Amino acid sequence: MKNPLLPLRSLHPTIKVPRRRYAALSSGVLGKLNVPTDYSASSYLAHTSSQTYRLHTDLPEQIRSSKTKRTNYFTAVNDALRTILTTDDKSLIFGEDVSFGGVFRCTSNLTDSFGSSRIFNTPLSEQGIIGFAIGLSASGYTALPEIQFADYLFPAFDQLHNEASKMRYRSGGAEIFNAGRMVVRMPTSAVGHGGLYHSQSPEGFFLGMQGITVVIPRSPVQAKGLLIAAARGEDPVVIMEPKTLYRAAVEEVPLEEYELPIGKAEVLQAGTDVTLVTYGTMVYVAESAARAAKERLGVSVEVIDLRTVRPWDKETITKSVNKTGRCVVVHEASRTGGVGESLAGEVQERCFLRLEAPVTRVTGWDTPMPLAFEGFMVPDVVRVLDGIKRTMEY
Amino acid sequence: MVLLASSRASAWARVSRIRLPPPPNTARHFASSVIARQNAPMKQPPHSNSVLFPGAVNSKFTNELKFQRPQDLPAIPTYRLIDTHGQVVDKSREPDVGQELALKMYKDMVTTSIMDLLMYESQRQGRISFYMVSAGEEGIAVGSAAALAPDDVIFSQYREQGVMMYRGFTLDEFMNQLFANKFDYGKGRNMPIHYMSERLHMHPISSPLATQIPHSVGAAYALKLDQSSRIVVCFFGEGAASEGDFHAALNIAATRSCPVVFICRNNGFAISTPTLEQYKGDGIASRGVGYGIDTARVDGNDIMAVREVTMRARDIALKEQKPVLIEAMSYRVSHHSTSDDSFAYRAKIEVEDWKRRDNPITRMRKWLESKSWWSSEQDQELRTQVRKDILKAFARAEKEKKPALENLFLDVFKIPSRDLEEQMTELRRVIEEYPDEYDLEAFDRGKEGL
Repeated sequence: MKNPLLPLRSLHPTIKVPRRRYAALSSGVLGKLNVPTDYSASSYLAHTSSQTYRLHTDLPEQIRSSKTKRTNYFTAVNDALRTILTTDDKSLIFGEDVSFGGVFRCTSNLTDSFGSSRIFNTPLSEQGIIGFAIGLSASGYTALPEIQFADYLFPAFDQLHNEASKMRYRSGGAEIFNAGRMVVRMPTSAVGHGGLYHSQSPEGFFLGMQGITVVIPRSPVQAKGLLIAAARGEDPVVIMEPKTLYRAAVEEVPLEEYELPIGKAEVLQAGTDVTLVTYGTMVYVAESAARAAKERLGVSVEVIDLRTVRPWDKETITKSVNKTGRCVVVHEASRTGGVGESLAGEVQERCFLRLEAPVTRVTGWDTPMPLAFEGFMVPDVVRVLDGIKRTMEY
Repeated sequence: MVLLASSRASAWARVSRIRLPPPPNTARHFASSVIARQNAPMKQPPHSNSVLFPGAVNSKFTNELKFQRPQDLPAIPTYRLIDTHGQVVDKSREPDVGQELALKMYKDMVTTSIMDLLMYESQRQGRISFYMVSAGEEGIAVGSAAALAPDDVIFSQYREQGVMMYRGFTLDEFMNQLFANKFDYGKGRNMPIHYMSERLHMHPISSPLATQIPHSVGAAYALKLDQSSRIVVCFFGEGAASEGDFHAALNIAATRSCPVVFICRNNGFAISTPTLEQYKGDGIASRGVGYGIDTARVDGNDIMAVREVTMRARDIALKEQKPVLIEAMSYRVSHHSTSDDSFAYRAKIEVEDWKRRDNPITRMRKWLESKSWWSSEQDQELRTQVRKDILKAFARAEKEKKPALENLFLDVFKIPSRDLEEQMTELRRVIEEYPDEYDLEAFDRGKEGL
């Protein structure tokens, strides 16, 4: 069959393909569409002040005259934590290695400013960290525990699933006896060389935790606003920060404090032919795939960042799919047990009569995350574009 | 109907964690007699001076109310044979080691340390993706390995390359894993330093901390059931000992009397977290006592002391069929890993001081020289040769292909599920449909490898 997508050369004439030097990274992905994301060229990141207010449409009115500063993702998280600590006397940060700034530098300089009774290292025990956080929360304190990698959350599953997620329910909706003042932060997703235990995307496991909200911010502006909102909210929140974005994603972030809405998706790019729903690092892959779809297939893609993956925004997604009639879901996590299953299920129930094609999922495979094949596990631009094409041609 | 309901109820009572009195009309004679036997009070004569509660049968009554204060107990001493100058401390207790074995131990430590240096540097050059050195801890690894039988079973964390070196894991085997090439036993799926060897009875290393500790206890129980003459040895760091898995493991090992030797490498740091923030008690050793486990603490820089303690521990574990805990003290001279810069949380001078003060390799070399078993010329020669050998293995491994792409999907199950077969087909379709986008040259069998 003649492939209408070829040739695809010179799609990114300005991007030099860096020679991948990590031996373990030889994903073999050297083609023209599958080039490493150039975040400095992404239209989803605000490279100027005015872009900040234009791109991030739900930034509150009252801060829209605030000055902005070029800030990377981990510094935006740090800013948010600083804001929370400053405005909430009862807030604390703790976890493994957070005192000196954490292994991803998100808690840098906080000990100096707020003291070691509010920012401190815990012994190396995730179940201890989350259990401790629940106890603080159920005593009126705001607990901001850090789990060093999402891959290492699992010893704390009992605390998170059996305790935090059910505590409000179990206590009959008690005012204090709940885990609502807890925000668990953890780095997540692939870095290209993390392998089995440093590149997982375990968000699917939270889909079965009934009282937990799960947020995956895509950018510095988003990370700051969503974290502050989570800390001031009334339910336990897990914030998963795509670790590959900590240094790579840089944008102009408002200096003033602000909240962004939890539970709400955001349309990053309006389109008419197909709705592409994703979150985290994958929004940038989606951006490239959407551009290629426009240029090569003449397809107009509406790209939506879910932002909150549990409970996700049914209204925004339904509205979009009812408009386009087609839906592609993209995530790094494995196909089975992932957010895509939940999305595909709901979309077919809610938009059945408008669907022109089955909901397509482009996801990680149903395998662990293997080091040598990480580049084949994580959806790339080609696979997303291919998903769009198949959906259009159905 | 009644019968059905009541038998359900008694079954429920047996599995529930909360023991309720059995409901009426149940098979009472069964359920209650089992519970009665388990919880029977111990017979206690009147005016007895001991408690005889089932939970603490050796405790005596006292009229003095006194809390046990940890600081009132002496710290568990640290055993050593050779001091930092390489001198035997107690002349009547010369290490029981011949020249050949001593030199093997020394050479394995040196090889480990040179491999560490070279591989650390190669990560800095972008040749491998990650590395962790064991600088300062070679004595614990090699010393303990030298005390074991070749078929004892090993579970390790990620800083025990010296154990593998001693057991005969070849430089090629190390390099194949580090480069995730097609000869890597883990098929390129793991990050570097996650070694394994079925041949050498060394279970595959996993990144999550402490998960291997309960595994080792289960494996030890299997040996016990087999009436084997082998034991299990499990390595971990003092940071990992904060995980729940450590506590669960020691408790099960003690209650089921499993022939396992736990070796904790206490190197002072869990990434940036110093032991002062990791625990309050007397190291990890004091916990062994709490779990009812024979315990010793040893100077980890004294390879002969490590060997002797491990040999004795092995004896106890094997002959008495019970667990033993060894806490081996050292100092993590290196950064945690290539992803870490430890000078962000500790002073360089502190590290330099330690390096100058003591090091298992220099200590052993001084001892060897004092026995005229080794000279600085031999040392230089050894180091040059080892460096050459490592670089040769390095070059061989680096140019090997990655494992075939099918290995992305294999071994999830013994036989790939239908789902996985479908997904393999899907990836193959994408690669065939977009040939310019995927270069599979680096992988074994290229496009045919899927």
